[in-house]
Amino acid sequence: MVALVAIVAVLLIVISAVQTLKIAELWAINKGKVIYEVTKKQNKTQALLMLVFLVAYFAFFAWQVWKWGDLMLPVSASEHGVITDRLLNITYAFIIPVFVITHIFLFWFAYKYAYNSNRKAVFFSHSNKLELIWTIIPSIALTVLILFGLSSWNEIMTPVDSEKEHVLIEVQAQQFSWNARYAGTDGKLGRAGVEFIEGVNAMGVDIKDENSKDDKIVRGEIHLPVGVPVQFVFRSIDVIHSAYMPHFRAQMNCVPGVKTQFNFVPTITTEDMKKITNNEDFNYILLCNKICGAAHYNMQMDIIVESKEDYEKWLAEQKQFAEN
Amino acid sequence: MSATHHHHEEQDFLFKYIFSQDHKMISKQFLITGFLMGFIGMVMSTLFRLQLGFPGESFWAIDFFLGSWAENGVMAPDKYLALVTMHGTIMVFFLLTAGLSGTFSNLLIPLQIGARDMASGFLNMLSYWFFFVSTIIMLISLGVEGGSASAGWTIYPPLSALPQAIPGSGLGMTLWLVAMAIFIASSLLGSLNYIVTILNLRTKGMTMTRLPLTIWAFLVTAILGVLSFPVLLSAALLLIFDRSFGTSFYLSDIYIGGQVLEHSGGSPILFEHLFWFLGHPEVYIVLLPALGITSEIVSTMSRKPIFGYRAMVTSILAIAFLSVIVWGHHMFVTGMNPFLGAVFTFTTLLIAIPSAVKVFNYITTLWKGNIIFSPAMLFSIGLVSTFISGGVTGLILGDSALDINIHDTYFVVGHFHIVMGLSAIFGMFAGVYHWFPKMFGRMMNNTIGFFHFWITIVCAYGVFFPMHFLGLAGVPRRYYTNSEFPLFDNMIDINELVTWFAIVAAFAQLLFVFNFFYSALRGPRSSQNPWRANSLEWTAPVEHIHGNWPGEIPEVHRWAYDYSKVDENGEYVSGEDFISQVVPLGPNEKDGGH
Repeated sequence: MVALVAIVAVLLIVISAVQTLKIAELWAINKGKVIYEVTKKQNKTQALLMLVFLVAYFAFFAWQVWKWGDLMLPVSASEHGVITDRLLNITYAFIIPVFVITHIFLFWFAYKYAYNSNRKAVFFSHSNKLELIWTIIPSIALTVLILFGLSSWNEIMTPVDSEKEHVLIEVQAQQFSWNARYAGTDGKLGRAGVEFIEGVNAMGVDIKDENSKDDKIVRGEIHLPVGVPVQFVFRSIDVIHSAYMPHFRAQMNCVPGVKTQFNFVPTITTEDMKKITNNEDFNYILLCNKICGAAHYNMQMDIIVESKEDYEKWLAEQKQFAEN
Repeated sequence: MSATHHHHEEQDFLFKYIFSQDHKMISKQFLITGFLMGFIGMVMSTLFRLQLGFPGESFWAIDFFLGSWAENGVMAPDKYLALVTMHGTIMVFFLLTAGLSGTFSNLLIPLQIGARDMASGFLNMLSYWFFFVSTIIMLISLGVEGGSASAGWTIYPPLSALPQAIPGSGLGMTLWLVAMAIFIASSLLGSLNYIVTILNLRTKGMTMTRLPLTIWAFLVTAILGVLSFPVLLSAALLLIFDRSFGTSFYLSDIYIGGQVLEHSGGSPILFEHLFWFLGHPEVYIVLLPALGITSEIVSTMSRKPIFGYRAMVTSILAIAFLSVIVWGHHMFVTGMNPFLGAVFTFTTLLIAIPSAVKVFNYITTLWKGNIIFSPAMLFSIGLVSTFISGGVTGLILGDSALDINIHDTYFVVGHFHIVMGLSAIFGMFAGVYHWFPKMFGRMMNNTIGFFHFWITIVCAYGVFFPMHFLGLAGVPRRYYTNSEFPLFDNMIDINELVTWFAIVAAFAQLLFVFNFFYSALRGPRSSQNPWRANSLEWTAPVEHIHGNWPGEIPEVHRWAYDYSKVDENGEYVSGEDFISQVVPLGPNEKDGGH
């Protein structure tokens, strides 16, 4: 019944719209107009709307920054993240003026040069000088951005010097949870593969490998010591996942059949970040950021950054693989 | 006698409207099919926006449209993914590739270069019918057991290869791959035809530098398609092998559903390379026709020559060239060699240069023009705005160091919807408003067009601009709901706002649908050259005739952009503010290098 009423209502609306249009067109023809030509009045209105839109668009942009600016990620909790954020700000310094200036020209010209039968458009088909200018200026700006970008990229992607003190953690993704394994006292991760997965050995660690014995497998949360480089190795046992740690400006895909890696130095403990964000419940998280199945939206693990002492105390409490 | 006569007429109908080999009819077939698919894609997006704006709430519309995909009006999580997958597939390939190129390349290439029809009318017909079959298969896949493909429109294996990983990777995925293989065949048939026609069938005097920019854009688009679509076909074929015949091109070391799979030695990264080797040029396959269409419209409606014709052509070529060597920027965080990442960052950011040149040239074309705001012109100006707004954020995403933290977040969704989705659909709308009289011999209603444009652009920015903020806050895309993370709890009002804009935008498209059908059937009849334009299609009669021009094909004597050309006394050369391409140069007139 509701559907029937809805259909009838839609039909009536369409019919009345058709009739209204017909009447409007007959009216215009009666007045001797070519009815599909944009009238002077319409053209003026549209020109004015160009200006209105320009202002409204900028106002909307500003309103969003004002309203949502403080929802953005807090200051970076990793060493390289500071570089990332600086690069982002440099890029903003380029693109926001470009965005604003080109929009002003675009809509201002549209408004200013609306049709006027007393005026002739200027036949201006090219100017090598102008075109050269606006090829060269973006080229220079981009050279700067590319240089900044590539030097940051190289810095971020350089692996941890294995001679120096660091923490080695393997993170394994599967539908829809994360497991992690710490390298233990020998600093080496034992062999692992899907063929070894059995019962409690969900990460598929090879029991026979000497290096496996002191490895420590943890679930639910990982702990990181502040100020110490952390080398992550990522694996996946089913589909592609992505280990995303937004507060550390860190992300790397977890690909079945391939080991990937990422490293960073955490710089702010969880406790300090609670104060910075003014949020007692704040927690660093690792979340999945590559479509991986029905429960992709809920695949997370907590990350706790703490002092080196607390971290070592926590790690000592974790069982070695051989003990299981 | 009368019986045979009747029979004859029936055949005429069949070959005129259904199995037509006439480019003008095929163009309309592409347009209608493309828009129908686009409408379905839009409804899908509105439904999943309801879920994102009001997670877990029950809606009558979700219940009505999704049926078994949604229990009690709440969609299932894997069906949410099915919807985003099909929305992406439909919009990118069916609306903005086949719908856009298929419509306007077909309509405009013969008419603007001065040809009787496409080089091969038969292949052209096949191109449409392959597309049609592909459309049907893709739609059927929505109704099969397990649901349609659900691995995202990028269908990365192993998710797309294993039905154990997600239900949509069963029959739904098989049909997706079959439909896409046929789609690619359609696209190749079309593209080859476009290239051959443009290179060989230009009328006398139509040198390459006299071609309207539309034709340049269609030509380069077709070349890009021919180069890159076969690679997607091979990617799809290998995936079919992995799925059905036990090969391991993309699969290795997989433990799922309690057992180790026998696949070994493959790499999903290979698929990503093959996919994006098409996937990135695809962005420009979608975008370039829109840029070509709007270049033509901006010039015509500003009553001014397009500024920097040669620079515009060079930019199209440069963008196309660069677009095939940047695909790796979709893969910065796949663990690829950092050096390779650096190379892709370099090539990617270079695209900003030809893009910037195009924007500046558009703006300079408006400068000191005499602008008539037809709905087509409004959408063209809208395109320049979206091309800028979405383009500048590309400098963030294309920079590998910055991409790490916003890769696959809503920032990406905002970026590509604005720069590619909105720009391309604005270009398509502009094209339809502008060439509607060429298609149907009637005019669309301006007033409805004005409302359509303004509501659409306001809502479009309302939908996609806030997504940048979500992305910068670390919200991943393709999440069924953000409510599982306390971190994202205060984002809910952003999502609500976006959803409201999406709903209004969707309803605003009904204005267009109404205007389209009303005008096609009842609209005022068009004159031969309603926009007082220079290009060749407006010298053809309003009524469609096979062969386009009665008698000889006109000869071309000048480029397509002699608008408001004045002599030394400051008077219009032709007495009007435009000169058709078929008018010979005056005795003292310079050709401006064209």
